[in-house]
Amino acid sequence: MPHIAQAAESVITKHGRDATRLLQILIDLQQALGYLPPAGISAVAAGLDLPRARVEGVAGFYSFLHLEPVGEYRILFSDNITDRMLGSLELRDALCRKLWVEQGKLSEDGLISIDVTSCTGMCDQGPAMLVNGLPITRVDHQRINEIAELVRTRVPLSAWPRAFFHVDDNIRRRDALLGQSFVSGSAIEAAIRLGRDQWIDEMRASRLRGRGGAGFTTCVKWEACRDAPGSDKVVVCNADEGEPGTFKDRVLLTRCADRVFEGMVLAAWATGANRGFMYLRGEYAYLRPALEAELARMRAAGLLGRTILGEAGFDFDIEIHLGAGAYVCGEESALIESLEGKRGTPRIRPPFPVTHGYLGRPTVVNNVETLTKTTLIALGGGAAFAATGTAQSTGTKLLSVSGDCAFPGIYEYPFGVRIDRVLEDCGAGDAHMVQVGGASGVTIAGYEFSRSIAFEDVPSAGAFMVFDSSRDPFDVAHNFVDFFTHESCGFCTPCRIGTSLLKGYMDKLARGYGAKKDLADIEWINRLLRNTSHCGLGSTAPNPVVDTLAKFRPAYERRLRTLDFEPAFDLDAALAAARRITGRDDPAAHLDSGDKQHTEGER
Amino acid sequence: MSQLDKKPRLRVATTSLAGCFGCHMSFLDIDEHLFELARLVEFDRSPLTDIKECGPCDIGLIEGGVCNAENVHVLRAFRANCKTLVAVGACAINGGLPAQRNHLELEACLREVYEHREGMDAPGVPNDPELPLLLDKVHPIHEIVRVDYFIPGCPPSGETIWKFLSDLIAGRTPRLSHELLRFD
Repeated sequence: MPHIAQAAESVITKHGRDATRLLQILIDLQQALGYLPPAGISAVAAGLDLPRARVEGVAGFYSFLHLEPVGEYRILFSDNITDRMLGSLELRDALCRKLWVEQGKLSEDGLISIDVTSCTGMCDQGPAMLVNGLPITRVDHQRINEIAELVRTRVPLSAWPRAFFHVDDNIRRRDALLGQSFVSGSAIEAAIRLGRDQWIDEMRASRLRGRGGAGFTTCVKWEACRDAPGSDKVVVCNADEGEPGTFKDRVLLTRCADRVFEGMVLAAWATGANRGFMYLRGEYAYLRPALEAELARMRAAGLLGRTILGEAGFDFDIEIHLGAGAYVCGEESALIESLEGKRGTPRIRPPFPVTHGYLGRPTVVNNVETLTKTTLIALGGGAAFAATGTAQSTGTKLLSVSGDCAFPGIYEYPFGVRIDRVLEDCGAGDAHMVQVGGASGVTIAGYEFSRSIAFEDVPSAGAFMVFDSSRDPFDVAHNFVDFFTHESCGFCTPCRIGTSLLKGYMDKLARGYGAKKDLADIEWINRLLRNTSHCGLGSTAPNPVVDTLAKFRPAYERRLRTLDFEPAFDLDAALAAARRITGRDDPAAHLDSGDKQHTEGER
Repeated sequence: MSQLDKKPRLRVATTSLAGCFGCHMSFLDIDEHLFELARLVEFDRSPLTDIKECGPCDIGLIEGGVCNAENVHVLRAFRANCKTLVAVGACAINGGLPAQRNHLELEACLREVYEHREGMDAPGVPNDPELPLLLDKVHPIHEIVRVDYFIPGCPPSGETIWKFLSDLIAGRTPRLSHELLRFD
């Protein structure tokens, strides 16, 4: 295996033997070898002087890193509920049949493996898939046939029709941000003219809050980082947009990468940071070349690097780090762990990243949209920014609209927009449920469509999934529970076990073995998850179930077989093997179902 | 003493399904508390009384998991008769040792024992109707019936069982302190 050791050595050298770059090293090594063989793990461990278990532990954590061989063509169907509603499961089965391969298994000739993955952020143009990491949108049966043929004839991915990989931006409504033309460098120039302190004043006046979901006031974060002791501060752009149903950051990174990066420079100007990272989710790796080109252009224009725009002492540069398929890395402290080359396990807080973040340095982590919005504030001033939106939610919000509507895509509204307004604009005539804020967000029923998107009412990280009356709210919640079970990082017991238990109950109900007792147990597990989980993943995992149980309870109740208790399996069928072996079929060789037993009990 | 103060003695039933009677032995380990218990409760079906069928009871204690059809019948009878049903010990809660066969095929398992061994006079899987049929998997009891409480441990200590029972009898929601709550 000298070529494995060689490949490992060259990747390690490229990354300067830096153990904090372990995740990037493993991603590059897998790119070279197809997967991460044991010899590769050992070589990396030896090359970085790390325990082998540490390296394998990291490799085993991320969904997109493989310790077993995968197909030459590795196809992953996006498994968000919106993809399913567009027929993704049927298409997956069709492709599996055509290529004679079972889902999750490698074909015997090593040619192909087909599986599902969490939402890939293409909900407005689904069903979507990733082929060797590249997104293919609008998959239909014709495309499946063509893909099967391309795989069978071993056509290299670079020779596949370009149209397959076309990703639309689908911007449907523009407001302050998307409606404004932007001259690169103008925001940085304006902020430098203001001076660091007055720039912070403008940010304070804007009352900008984080767009990633939690809604923390951006200026408070920046000031805390600025005031924290330590000179080597860090600005991180969180581009790990993993929340199912959210794709606004993808569009911002495609359409206005200059503004995103400029927002990072503005954060550096305010905090005094000199190092920047963009943590880009693995699903968006296809955007990297364009982003790197943008960074190079900005460096050439003096907008990055030493003495930015001639301002002495203003040094800041940005590096892109890739994620590898872990939703939990969207949580800021897990993201920082991942940036340091570790498993994405959320940290215990406090201390908060603003004082002890990347490698213990003061670190600001901001969402893509938040950073983009700061360019508006630099150009137009904080007061003008605060003039739109609502009292506690200033400015505009990008919504990623998908599901049962005529015009899915990106809609920018001032905060405070009513849900029924959005539904009208996106052509959702028959909506009976909306999932706002993604899987961990809020389920909105028809009687609440007059509510508004704002931190005061319905907060949102950006997802807006519409479901019409033909959809079953139970299936929606079931899909989200599967998602959380898969994405739980496994660090804390309540979340690791709790999400699995919850999935067990949802599966039981889905198979038709539901009982009233299950609903009580589900509510108990929901409470456990909410109150005892280590991080937000576990505490928000039960949200879709809690909400649909409250607002769409009949969707659960119609799945109940009895009002008391029901086993999750057929007891009589569990005796079938023993009947066959012994050749018995007497009455004692059978068990009645729970139904009969309960009716007798009631008598 | 008014009529209200005269509490009727609670009826308790116990059984071991796919278990080793270790939890029952541990139950006897409550030692001198047995006298106290005898004043507070009377036993229905239990290895202590040799009563064969469970009648209406307040508390049912189940040791062991569910491995065959008879276990299912006994467990259902306990559930139908006991106001409070308690899973006692590792096997009742998780299937325990008997559930180690769950990753084997039942048929392979039976044939290995009854047919493929050397020195057997009349090889063959026993098929007498008197014998309960085995389920393909061993299940914890809460997968077959609704269970109200769980006492972990292999076995739970006598002290744990006594604490739990004395809480239950006194009308307190049973609560095991950290030292008593153990899974080994």
